[in-house]
Amino acid sequence: MRSEWKDFAGGKWMHEIDVRDFIQKNYTVYEGDESFLAAPTKNTIDLWNQVLALSKKEREAGGVLDMDTKTVSTITSHGPGYLDKSKETIVGFQTDKPFKRSMQPYGGIRMAEKACADNGYKVDPEMSEFFSVHRKTHNAGVFDAYTPEMRACRNSHIITGLPDAYGRGRIIGDYRRVALYGIDRLMEDKEEQKANTPSVMTADNIRDREELSEQIKALRELKKLGEIYGCDIAKPAANVKEAIQATYFGYLAAVKEQNGAAMSLGRTATFLDCYAERDLKNGTFTEEQIQEFIDHFIMKLRLVKFARTPEYNSIFAGDPVWVTESLAGIGIDGRPLVSKMCFRYLHTLDNLGASPEPNLTVLWSTGLPENFKKYCAKMSIKTSSIQYENDDLMRVTHGDDYGIACCVSSMRIGKEMQFFGARANLAKCLLYALNGGVDEVTRKQVGPKYRPVTGDVLEYEDVMDKFTDMMEWLAGVYVNTLNIIHYMHDKYCYERVQMALHDKKVLRYFATGIAGLSCVADSLSAIKYAKVKPVRDESGVIVDFETEGDFPKYGNDDDRVDEIAKNLVTSFMNMIRKHHTYREGFPTMSILTITSNVVYGKATGNTPDGRKKGEPLAPGANPMHGRDSQGAVASLSSVAKLPFHDAQDGISNTFSIIPGALGKEDRVFTGDIEVDLDLNK
Amino acid sequence: MKGYVHSLESFGTVDGPGIRFVIFLQGCPMRCLYCHNPDTWEINKGRQMDTDEILKAYQKNKPFYKGGGITVTGGEPLLQIDFLIELFQKAKQQDIHTCIDTSGITFNPDNQVLLKKFDTLTSLTDLVLLDIKHIDPEEHVKLTKQSNEHILAFSRYLDERKIPVWIRHVVVPGITDNREYLYRLGYYIGGLSNLKALDVLPYHSMGKVKYEGLGIDYPLKSLSDLSKAEAVEAKKVILEGIRKKRSEGIS
Repeated sequence: MRSEWKDFAGGKWMHEIDVRDFIQKNYTVYEGDESFLAAPTKNTIDLWNQVLALSKKEREAGGVLDMDTKTVSTITSHGPGYLDKSKETIVGFQTDKPFKRSMQPYGGIRMAEKACADNGYKVDPEMSEFFSVHRKTHNAGVFDAYTPEMRACRNSHIITGLPDAYGRGRIIGDYRRVALYGIDRLMEDKEEQKANTPSVMTADNIRDREELSEQIKALRELKKLGEIYGCDIAKPAANVKEAIQATYFGYLAAVKEQNGAAMSLGRTATFLDCYAERDLKNGTFTEEQIQEFIDHFIMKLRLVKFARTPEYNSIFAGDPVWVTESLAGIGIDGRPLVSKMCFRYLHTLDNLGASPEPNLTVLWSTGLPENFKKYCAKMSIKTSSIQYENDDLMRVTHGDDYGIACCVSSMRIGKEMQFFGARANLAKCLLYALNGGVDEVTRKQVGPKYRPVTGDVLEYEDVMDKFTDMMEWLAGVYVNTLNIIHYMHDKYCYERVQMALHDKKVLRYFATGIAGLSCVADSLSAIKYAKVKPVRDESGVIVDFETEGDFPKYGNDDDRVDEIAKNLVTSFMNMIRKHHTYREGFPTMSILTITSNVVYGKATGNTPDGRKKGEPLAPGANPMHGRDSQGAVASLSSVAKLPFHDAQDGISNTFSIIPGALGKEDRVFTGDIEVDLDLNK
Repeated sequence: MKGYVHSLESFGTVDGPGIRFVIFLQGCPMRCLYCHNPDTWEINKGRQMDTDEILKAYQKNKPFYKGGGITVTGGEPLLQIDFLIELFQKAKQQDIHTCIDTSGITFNPDNQVLLKKFDTLTSLTDLVLLDIKHIDPEEHVKLTKQSNEHILAFSRYLDERKIPVWIRHVVVPGITDNREYLYRLGYYIGGLSNLKALDVLPYHSMGKVKYEGLGIDYPLKSLSDLSKAEAVEAKKVILEGIRKKRSEGIS
């Protein structure tokens, strides 16, 4: 056994790349409470104060402190950068100094230029020329291939947020592999994969060989990145500090090369805990030291920054990186995957303060240890910084070594990836159905010239027929638009280092999404249960609606309308499934517009549910604002009826509640309420 | 049997233990100056629902209510006591924790027919949240337009029948936020052996909007909200009273 692996339980993981097997053989379930956790060290406090000061300067400067306008960001493009080298235990920044945003033109030079210009910087003219004339970008490729119909759909926003001018993101490299195996072993593995590609040179096999070559080059550069910071990651990590550092280098290489719409970390905590437990046993490090490493690691993750435009930020409500780390969950053998490291990650919210990044996501199961549940609840109440997702649901599909990309996209780490596909606006599609493909805002013929609805009152059967036809059309143009996007992204902006940290055979989820679900459900409910009269303008286009009578509204646990919502999800997903997908992508769908519902609503005319033109759609699978009148459980129950099978890429429900409405005291969440008479005081 | 329902809340967390399905019944004989639900005053209005319909809505989302149950509030739920009896009979058959949030105003120990009904209802009730508006009889009338005689009688009746009670008390600046009254309240409820908890609620003016909507004059216009700290102080005084009574022993 390699010396770095001493004291670990051996297994299949030693002979092939299999991080899950390593974790299963070596991790220690922790069922205790948080009392073992260590406070921040002096160095941690100093470093974090430095970060806070820089953050303040960045805000004062209007949101960006510094941008690189000359150097194209690659894994090795920049020299080492530090906050304070003497204090940092985990090192590495995207550029040669913290808070300096890198230039990433491969997604599209215009986006890179605009991101600079909007923040008061100018891309070096030579770079602009190079990426406009000599080196094609993803964005240029996509627009060369788009059909006029696709452009029209894009312009009218019936399909929006498409990753055709920026990085698609949503791919999680198995960054843990860098720590467990070292780069040399990973390169050997990739060389072997390349040597074993079929010898008949079909387009697919040629692409595979080219991609594998790129992956190998990326690994070589990753090794170099380690050297830039004086670290040898050619070999496996020998202790927890090295393991964290190596894992971070893997991630850092990815964010140096990709400005993706979500750059998630994976599921690293319990993996790293195997090292921490060994080091604690051997006296290599103390708890305080280990917490310091984690604090510094998390600090680095909080400082990942990208150059983005105000338009991008308005879709995503800020410039999130979505450094999602998935914690806990239950193993398929029934043991909780809760280790001390899960506590240490959450404890950074105390040591460094609350933060939306990294997006700490607890894979929740009823079977998690009680102490961990209590600690999660406590930290949630304190910091509002933890996301929860249903492990009992996802484990069935993805096993016990999956992670979340972005907010809800689940995938097996290193074995599955996703082609991110933004979303189609179903509310607008309904209006197209009523108007025979004419856009209600621009009056342009965007969709096919089907027969519009005639008559003075909308008839449910008639509308459903027409809507179904229009959805069929939309699904087709949508999937094919995505086919172009992903083809070009692979060609011009390939995620080589992230894919180098995947198996050779990867399942690619072909993600699609919908916006406006509750708006459409309520609209159809209004048409079915109340009387909806269309109001036409002089050209005969329906621009408004008059509704008489009440109708069931989604969000009140009322099956009459909840069934409509449920059927919409299933039928649109089935329509998506009918189409060819690039690289045999496995089609999935999400209902998760967490913030972009505002932007989508702006581009959508009056709808039959009474929503006015320009008003926001509801986020994700939420009921329309203010229409859920039966309280939270009823509201959540409506959402819970949506079939995960047909929305496997995730269903989100944005739920805010004032603390007082959750009960009198903190105790409500951490246990059953016990109103204390306190007579003995 | 049908009752007049004002509204349903599927996620109640402040009206009894756990997460509760809360049924707001329509109609109330009290006219508390600080009432924040004036839309529940009028009787024989609202949505007519039968007991099965309500329990069906509960059962649908039963997993959420582990450790919780149903709470009937209002309005004054005891105005519809027959409806309540049927609802709780069925609820107990389905093993649901039952709770009434009431002012106790409809209780009358001299009315034998009514008393029978109370006997039946309380035998089906796991918890009563009893809202004592004011301990002083005269002040009570000023505040609510009703006497507190039957309310206090109801508290003793519940004690005799060993029905667990949480006492709720709204602390209103200038009305109940008074050391003497608070202490007296504590001293009184300290004598109840079924007292399980004390819930002190600071007065807030969030009901104002509803008055405007209903075109009713809001009687406490110039009154500002009671702060959380003041509520904590008030609670201490009530607890003092309870302790004093307990130290003398419950008779």
